[in-house]
Amino acid sequence: MKKECQKQSGLDILLRGIIKENPVLVLVLGTCPSMATSTSVSTAVGMGLAATMVLLCSNMLISLLRKVIPDTVRIPCYIVVIAGFVTVVQMLVQAYFKDLYDSLGVFLPLIVVNCIILGRAEMFASKNGVFHSALDGLGMGLGFTLTLTVMGTIREVLGSGSFAGHDLPFFSEYNIPILSQSPGGFFVFGCLIALVAKLTHGRVKHEDTGCGACPHRTVCGKLGKEA
Amino acid sequence: MDFKNLLFIMLSAVFVNNYVLQRFLGICPFLGVSKKLDQAAGMSIAVIFVMLLATAVTWPIQTYLLDPNNLGYLQTIVFILVIAALVQLVEIVLKRYIPALHRSLGIYLPLITTNCAILGVTVLNIQEKYNFAEAMFNSFGSGLGFFLAMVLFSGIRIRTEHCDAPKSFKGLPITLVSAAILAAAFQGFGGVINSLFGR
Repeated sequence: MKKECQKQSGLDILLRGIIKENPVLVLVLGTCPSMATSTSVSTAVGMGLAATMVLLCSNMLISLLRKVIPDTVRIPCYIVVIAGFVTVVQMLVQAYFKDLYDSLGVFLPLIVVNCIILGRAEMFASKNGVFHSALDGLGMGLGFTLTLTVMGTIREVLGSGSFAGHDLPFFSEYNIPILSQSPGGFFVFGCLIALVAKLTHGRVKHEDTGCGACPHRTVCGKLGKEA
Repeated sequence: MDFKNLLFIMLSAVFVNNYVLQRFLGICPFLGVSKKLDQAAGMSIAVIFVMLLATAVTWPIQTYLLDPNNLGYLQTIVFILVIAALVQLVEIVLKRYIPALHRSLGIYLPLITTNCAILGVTVLNIQEKYNFAEAMFNSFGSGLGFFLAMVLFSGIRIRTEHCDAPKSFKGLPITLVSAAILAAAFQGFGGVINSLFGR
């Protein structure tokens, strides 16, 4: 349980989250915020960076506390740590980015239940040192931000004919509004996952979806027994 | 008039602002547990139950404890802990007193703690400034909307599992694309509910 993974170099850990184990497109985690906040580029980037900050801070603190937290009550402890950082980020966004705060709405407090964050705390930060956990959090967070930005770009350019609020010449006349509404979220997400499957020649398997693919599904189950 | 308002809130939560298909809350169980009809129904009933219970507890906490003491910023921490503790408590009580219900719903309860639909409904009730009755009706409607989406989608999934989709679309992508079509169908309800209540 407490074995350190010293074989991996820092750069590997950082890049793994961005490409090879991209949390949204490969691990299929955090689907709710990625579909809900990718209606425009600016909200997508804002959501991604807010989640990255929570992920980075919670990974570091949980890694520091990993020898102090008793194994049986670890999940409630992680949730408290994550909720604390979410509150900090929520207050910062409310103070300095009021527009973003209004457009993210309920999804800002819901970073608490984003399974990427609890998943990384359980899978990585509770077993590794502070430096590696920070890199892992940063990598996973940037992977999440990157995917959200790609989805946001597709949905905003094709759906509203603009990019980050600026109208584009051709697209603003011939846009497909449904792509920036809720059906577009499911559709663009499905197409991106199909694209990943095509590019990796089916090496990435999505046999189990949602909860089934979630790396901390055992955690959910254990929460009932232990806490 | 008052009851009409409550009915409007409930029906909007079921059809117009459907939690899964319009608000994107609770996508994980929607994709994960919708393979079989009985599992989908069991999970949804557990969600309705916990949504009502969580609202009944968190709304008074926010209104009578956090707001008067200017502690509104603790909302996120308090709500997630209260919901987690509540789900544990319900599980223990069900196991002890109603074992039959525990056998059918018990396996879904732990999954619900970290379900964003539950935290979402409690936070949204506060953000929309609903009173207690409105909050309860909104929660019930949201749970009912979740039930409807899950049951409808489990029927669709039986078909998509066996359809001849392009190779790279097999599995999750085709599921998401069919969810997109279902979401588009639900958008049609927007006008129906609004004109029904003359808004």
